[in-house]
Amino acid sequence: MFNWVQNIADWFVYDLLSLNKGQHLAEALNFFIYDTTKILILLFVVIFFMGIVNSYFPIDKVKNYLSSKKLYGLEYFMASLFGVVTPFCSCSSVPLFIGFVKGGIPLGVTFSFLITSPLVNEVAIGLFVGLFGIETTIIYVISGILLGTISGVILKYLKLEKYLTPWVKEVLATAQRDQDTFLIEKQTLKQRLPIIWSEVIKILKGIIPYVIVGIAIGGLMHGYIPEGFFEQYMAKDNLFAVPIATILAIPMYSNASGILPVVQVLVAKGIPLGTAIAFMMGVVGLSLPEALLLKKVMTIKLITIFFSVVTLCIIISGYLFNFIL
Amino acid sequence: MNKIIKILGTGCTKCKAMTSVVQDVISENQIEASLEKVEDIMEIMKYNVMSTPALVINDEILIKGRVPSKEEVVALLK
Repeated sequence: MFNWVQNIADWFVYDLLSLNKGQHLAEALNFFIYDTTKILILLFVVIFFMGIVNSYFPIDKVKNYLSSKKLYGLEYFMASLFGVVTPFCSCSSVPLFIGFVKGGIPLGVTFSFLITSPLVNEVAIGLFVGLFGIETTIIYVISGILLGTISGVILKYLKLEKYLTPWVKEVLATAQRDQDTFLIEKQTLKQRLPIIWSEVIKILKGIIPYVIVGIAIGGLMHGYIPEGFFEQYMAKDNLFAVPIATILAIPMYSNASGILPVVQVLVAKGIPLGTAIAFMMGVVGLSLPEALLLKKVMTIKLITIFFSVVTLCIIISGYLFNFIL
Repeated sequence: MNKIIKILGTGCTKCKAMTSVVQDVISENQIEASLEKVEDIMEIMKYNVMSTPALVINDEILIKGRVPSKEEVVALLK
């Protein structure tokens, strides 16, 4: 599908710059041009497509659905699934949390949504397809949805309502399964497109610098680090690799788009995929700034429990992947 | 008519971007309006808004969760 991009990269490096095949610099440059072009195209397509889906299915509809339908246990899975199509801005996490609580949606279900939404988002999917291919992307998306579902159920059984901040408890006490009548924007696709388009451009503009720097670093490593280099340090049977990778990943949120291209090279050079996926889930899904924002609605204790459960689930899935893949 | 504009948002970059867009539109078009930034989460929740920033004009929520273009804001204010 992307042969033509490879042809352009080959032409540019070998013909236009007349660098020799097999040279470190040539290989690094070729990789950089090919990867950047391919990933930007994929990011554009995925962000645009998800933008259209989201335009027809905004967060208010998600809330109304979860709060009004009787789903007999499936609500954790559904909340997790909705998390995929809803873009997540960590600055919206507090109003979103309160909105869900107010609508009578159980805390565990709300957590399912809060976990999957940042974990499986349009930028992560676009980067994943470009860097790791469709198969790994599907594994990542499915495990992200399951991770949100399972963590939500675990958090439900921990009965955490008592650790909410006092004013949220008040909201919880008066919560009702209401149907907010919100203005259903009856717009045609033609009217929606300019808005979706400008959002796509804004998101791309925000991440392009990180992606380019990430791929540049990846390109250098690709050209200079020998194949299988990391296998001697991070073998599959090293039990500490997955937890260390996950915990290292938590503070790295803001640079997810720059970190993923580097991780891809690490995988190519011998880091086990499960360890890498655990690392990426930590980068994309857990962030300290988000944790600090949640302080308005949750006590430190609750935030700690929330993050611990998710971290634990990520570590377990890392081991699982190393075992299966 | 003097319009009452409120921007709901807890102070993230998107909220600041929306504020500056609205401010520019008001001053460039000499629109008579009062602009208020609502940063208190309790106040924000009274509007039942789940994604910030939100643009509220005369108590009506018009935009949620994204930064509008200047043209859009001009159209909403006229």
